[in-house]
Amino acid sequence: MQLSTDQLLDFYHLMVKIRSFEETLGSLFSKGLLGGTSHFCIGQEASAVGVVQGVRDTDWLVSNHRGHGHLLARRLNVYRVMAELLGRETGYCFGRGGSQHMCSMDEHFLGTNGITGGGIPIAAGAALALKCQKSDSIVVVFFGDGASNQGTFHETLNIASLWKLPIMFVCENNLYGMSNPVKRSVAGGGKVAPRAAGYAIPAQTLEGRDVELVWKTTREAAERIRNGGGPELLELMTYRLCGHSKSEPRVYRTREEEDQMAKLDPLATFPKRLLELGCTQEQIDDAANSARKMVEDATQKALQDEPGDRHVALSGVFAEEEVSK
Amino acid sequence: MREVFYSKAVNEALDEELSRDSSVIMIGEDIGCYGGAFGVSKGLWEKYGAERIWETPISEGSITGIAVGAAMMGMKPVLEIMFMDFVALALDQMMNSAGKLHYMYGEQVTVPMVLRTPGGAKGGYGPSHSQMLSNLFVGIPGLKVVAPSTPKQVKGLLKSAIRDPNPVVFIENKRLYPQKGEIPEGEYLLPLDKAEVLSEGTDITLISYSSMTPVCLAVKNALQPHGINLEVVDLVSLQPLDTDTIFASVRKTGRVIIVEEACLTGGVAGEVSALIAEHCLDSLEAPVIRVGAADAPIPSSLDLEKFVLPQADDIVQAVKRIREWA
Repeated sequence: MQLSTDQLLDFYHLMVKIRSFEETLGSLFSKGLLGGTSHFCIGQEASAVGVVQGVRDTDWLVSNHRGHGHLLARRLNVYRVMAELLGRETGYCFGRGGSQHMCSMDEHFLGTNGITGGGIPIAAGAALALKCQKSDSIVVVFFGDGASNQGTFHETLNIASLWKLPIMFVCENNLYGMSNPVKRSVAGGGKVAPRAAGYAIPAQTLEGRDVELVWKTTREAAERIRNGGGPELLELMTYRLCGHSKSEPRVYRTREEEDQMAKLDPLATFPKRLLELGCTQEQIDDAANSARKMVEDATQKALQDEPGDRHVALSGVFAEEEVSK
Repeated sequence: MREVFYSKAVNEALDEELSRDSSVIMIGEDIGCYGGAFGVSKGLWEKYGAERIWETPISEGSITGIAVGAAMMGMKPVLEIMFMDFVALALDQMMNSAGKLHYMYGEQVTVPMVLRTPGGAKGGYGPSHSQMLSNLFVGIPGLKVVAPSTPKQVKGLLKSAIRDPNPVVFIENKRLYPQKGEIPEGEYLLPLDKAEVLSEGTDITLISYSSMTPVCLAVKNALQPHGINLEVVDLVSLQPLDTDTIFASVRKTGRVIIVEEACLTGGVAGEVSALIAEHCLDSLEAPVIRVGAADAPIPSSLDLEKFVLPQADDIVQAVKRIREWA
């Protein structure tokens, strides 16, 4: 199946929305309007959009600490995502969860996760539930190169393979686990995909900044998994064109490296590709401007909202009855 | 009523809930044809098959996360961690996921899972296979913690734990598995948040849970002929604590000894003791005394083990001390 012009423009719209969202957060931090920390995915927008748009809306997503791109690629309400980050009661989780603990069951988004590698077994558990329930949905779990060094990655790949779970492992390899480069943290040359062979899981490494390639590869893998083929792993090579969190000074890499990588910025390369594919400059500008406006409006609206009260802070520790799907 | 082993009572609860609700599944190591390290799940794999009884590789950290994820999606996983000592590997998922998800995900999900695990010493199992680690869980918001001491309790509570929408840490006990007790005929459920006065008395309250409860009952029987009338209160639930039952007994006797198998420092006994001090000071006729394990690893040698773990005689000595207090 080929992507239509409308779909391609929509992908670009989503990518700009994510970039704009992250840049807005940066500015809110510098104005002191945002507490805590946040992990931006600037430069990684194509992998989020390509994967999330490559599966069905009814497939379940499990994300990690760098999850804003995944949330917005799934088209969660940008205003409620922003409100959650701003700690407002109107956020998806009443401001209790924030960036790293955000969930929307209505949108089949099982949550971002603040523990590196913590979401991987949870995703496998969700996949086990789908298998038990004989569902035709699958689970997609995002994690980074850093998480592939956690025990949960290895344990879960082993179990998912043994049990033929309907799960897609998506490693966004951005070359650094916080400050630690993959060459010094992922044995054997810094690639994660070869690790899957130890668990008899098919895996491929691909350019994660090529949204069309990511979309197509995801789609094909998702159908194989859906048809009972068992888990697969995609390693998407990418680069975060920002610090690990907020505005850290990036002492672990050179400005020259960053300049080289900036040339591969999907938000710089994709508009050129869109022109080649027959989109007009006006269409491209519209897609970008409407995305920026959505983020701007959502931010202004969320800033007006109130934080929760003492009841919101202290209630909900225990459930009175089941609320799961 | 009929008499069954504690381990059999656990098995019956699992069997009944597996049969009643198809969303109940078991996850754990060697729970298939082996029937679990202590034989608790014997026969269930044969009866319900591999699609309900998920025997796993040795991966405690991840199978706990798998139980969490399955629970979020509407299953009711009963996870077995073979020895309570191994919960160290499961703790991240219990602490950072299971206990928090309902709250931090804005009440959109529940985590109706049970982590079953045998705590306590069986005699000679040594430092990494003998610990009662109840204290690790009671300070984690969002987890319920129960530690039944009798076959009747363990069956009724496990069934309730499986049906509860919250994650429940269900502490069984290796020393209790081969102990017999009466259970009601037919189906019954017990509340997860209630203590039980197992034996009424007037002079001193012994508060305990899990394997120390039968020891307290034995001490009561041994001291009865000496004119000492002990009341034995079993906490049953460690989180939440049933303060109504605890305080009522304290107000009756005015003298309290709290007995647990866990290390004294940072333990449940300390928490109960603090609550009594806060709420029942006027009723106390003597300081609250705690009896528990020494703050030391549990040695493998049976001869050494008894110096670390609380013994019946330690309770007897505590009774003497508390009676001497004017």
